[in-house]
Amino acid sequence: MIRAVLALVLMLAALPARADVNIKEITSPGGIDAWLVEDHSIPFVALELRFRGGAALDAPGKRGAINLMTALLEEGAGELDSRAFARETEALAASFSYDASQDSISISARFLTENRAEALELLRQSLVEPRFDEEAIDRVRAQVLSVIQSNAKDPSEIAGQQFSSLVFGDHPYGSPLEGTVDSVSALDREDLLAAHDAALARDRLYVSAVGDVTEEDLGAILDDLLAGLPETGAPLPSDADPNLPGGIEVVDYATPQSIVTFAQPGIDRDDPDFFAAYILNHILGGGGFESRLMEEVREKRGLTYGVYSYLLDRDGAQIWMGRVASANDRVAEAVAVIEEEWAKLRETGVTAEELADAKTYLTGAYPLRFDGNGPIANIAVSMQMEGLEPDYIANRNAMVEAVTLDDINRVARELMDPERLTFVVVGQPVGLSGTLN
Amino acid sequence: MRRMFACLILTLAAALPARASDQVTTFTLDNGMDVVVIEDHRAPVVSHMVWYRAGSADEKPGVSGVAHFLEHLLFKGTEKMEPGEFSATVARNGGSDNAFTSYDYTAYFQRVAADRLELMMQMESDRMVNLQISEADIATERDVIIEERNQRVENNPSALFREQASAAQYLNHRYGVPIIGWQHEMVDLGLDDALDYYETYYAPNNAILIVAGDVYPDEVRALAEKYYGVIPANPDLPERMRAQEPRQMAERRIAYEDARVAQPYVTRSYLAPERDSGAQEKAAALTLLAEILGGGTTSLLNEKLQFDTRTAVYTGAWYGGMALDDTTFSISVVPAAGVTLPEAEAALDEVLANFLEEGVDAEQLERIKMQIRASEIYVRDDVGQLANRYGRALTQGLTVEDVQAWPGLLEAVTEEDILAAAREVFAKKNAVTGYITAPEVTQ
Repeated sequence: MIRAVLALVLMLAALPARADVNIKEITSPGGIDAWLVEDHSIPFVALELRFRGGAALDAPGKRGAINLMTALLEEGAGELDSRAFARETEALAASFSYDASQDSISISARFLTENRAEALELLRQSLVEPRFDEEAIDRVRAQVLSVIQSNAKDPSEIAGQQFSSLVFGDHPYGSPLEGTVDSVSALDREDLLAAHDAALARDRLYVSAVGDVTEEDLGAILDDLLAGLPETGAPLPSDADPNLPGGIEVVDYATPQSIVTFAQPGIDRDDPDFFAAYILNHILGGGGFESRLMEEVREKRGLTYGVYSYLLDRDGAQIWMGRVASANDRVAEAVAVIEEEWAKLRETGVTAEELADAKTYLTGAYPLRFDGNGPIANIAVSMQMEGLEPDYIANRNAMVEAVTLDDINRVARELMDPERLTFVVVGQPVGLSGTLN
Repeated sequence: MRRMFACLILTLAAALPARASDQVTTFTLDNGMDVVVIEDHRAPVVSHMVWYRAGSADEKPGVSGVAHFLEHLLFKGTEKMEPGEFSATVARNGGSDNAFTSYDYTAYFQRVAADRLELMMQMESDRMVNLQISEADIATERDVIIEERNQRVENNPSALFREQASAAQYLNHRYGVPIIGWQHEMVDLGLDDALDYYETYYAPNNAILIVAGDVYPDEVRALAEKYYGVIPANPDLPERMRAQEPRQMAERRIAYEDARVAQPYVTRSYLAPERDSGAQEKAAALTLLAEILGGGTTSLLNEKLQFDTRTAVYTGAWYGGMALDDTTFSISVVPAAGVTLPEAEAALDEVLANFLEEGVDAEQLERIKMQIRASEIYVRDDVGQLANRYGRALTQGLTVEDVQAWPGLLEAVTEEDILAAAREVFAKKNAVTGYITAPEVTQ
């Protein structure tokens, strides 16, 4: 009975909700571009800044400099030492977070309308006038070294690092952005100043703001905040050439559950087949309980708590990767099932029903992302990084809908490459062995 | 009246009420099911959650992990739905769903477009009482939860250490048993164990419905009455009486060695009172105490151990005020290179002793209170967080009034309150001190 009722409700509600986000593209008097969503219902602003480049800009021999520099931005600026800066920030109940990834430096700020000017002045000092005091360098360096040493014994981190090293080799993507004990120990204040000049420049800046601020105010705010940054930074890194030879590499580590990272070559976001590949990945291993990998590895066989795949689109590399974790005595079966599913999807493609289900999920889920100032600011700045226009939000679902069964199955045949599907297994897997170059 | 008011706001400015509590409406169905509606009309999204006042601490002895196991099994079908059909239906409607289990509660949620709320209620109310599973369904899922334990605990020395420390902290209460279960008991969990727990605790009079997002209380009430209101209350629902902690009289110390540890550290946890309905003042003081000692860059432990003496690379303090029974106040110190764990522990004890002598820095207290006031503004951007706040409170012995009184109680805490709470809690006889290290390498 519930089925009939369900079908009725489904029919009545077959259209996805519309994402209704009113983005204004503005340019400040000083020439800084930004996307603004004005919403005065809560008296605060979420501001996102992104600098393209990130930790991949580390100079030769200086691995970890960008990461350490980014961590030090909140450790003293202008007239304020580390503790004074923290006290001022706390007193305003503002929050600033500074994060380096391989491809970008992200600064996320949240501040109240009632003390906006003071909060922005603190943020400005941290970006433009960081002190890099020796005391702070030594203290934060010790924290980073502690993290590096812990990562070296964490099965999940080892899996990520071994995989990156195999696939990306000498490219910056091939090594952890924290650096090594040796490289970080050798960094000095000059290196951090150089990293700051290289990475935080206006020629690679993307900005979004959402919340209680007008267009006019935002323009003035951005000029005050960012005018002191250099116009240009270091050249962006060259592309990587991912090494995905196919096969299995086992890294021996004494832990009960093996961690498996796997990948094959991916696809660029600008490729006309991107949406077909995106839906294809969703059907294969894209989150939720419905993917083929979850069905075969978890639901049918109980081999794992989670298995997933995704299209990784770095600025300098595109790979299609995934992850699974399974007890040492069962992981060989998990790997075999994934290999089988990969080959099967390439050979026989997806069904019309799978495609329809994926489309209703993806188009229905999309508008649900825009549910607060913080999330919208994040999406807006990421879209700029990816070269998208504001009208993408209105058009994106139509691009998903436009993918046909022929498209997706052609892309499955063209893109999926079981021969090059490469596994790195960290643990003590029973019945698996191998090394790769 | 409220509805018209809301429509007016939408038309004029799409504004939210000025305080988070004004977004909240509560009522109770005739069968005893509580309902909380949290309005946020900025996006056409709704979160639909059902929280049960039952968690791992309500399990019978010998079947640890069964509350969490049952949570997984609720996705395995009912008389009307096939295994997996629940999540597949949510996904086909563009939504996502999941569930979580803690010591005191189990909760199920879906996040979907607001116009799909009825379908969610239909399915969630169905599995409240109509679960239908077989031995075959559960064997595979038991393997899944064992892999979940492998991933969360067995592969993670810090998680193993925390389990041992909790077991040492609680002499009698089930908070000493891990939510996911002890491995040796998980492998024997059976269908009868799961169904026994289900039939005991899953009933409308033991549940709270929380709907947050682009909805109005009237429409939620109508739908809730239609789907949940028709389920009879369970007249045999047991009172929630768990074995309580006795007087704790002996300091406990544990030492855990694991070759996968790269960074040794020391933890200290004290048994502490939790937030009690109508009497949350002491918990409010402990909440501020945790902020003062370990809450941020300018916390006292950071000041003394990271900045002044360079004894530590990291410090933190936490107080788990939201709990049905006695909770913990805990502190961690990660020592700097060259500092031993006994030295780090001694430095920690010195900070605590001096704090009790010297008292609270008034400016620090004012900064913390400013942040608490601001968090009531920021939380309005995240109805999911508000929904969790109410769900956790209502499953852990608090009322809506307690939740709404809490920011004011935090604001009212004085230095004397904080010191009195600290003196009461910081007693070694109530404490577990833990060292986690790698084994020494023998030549």
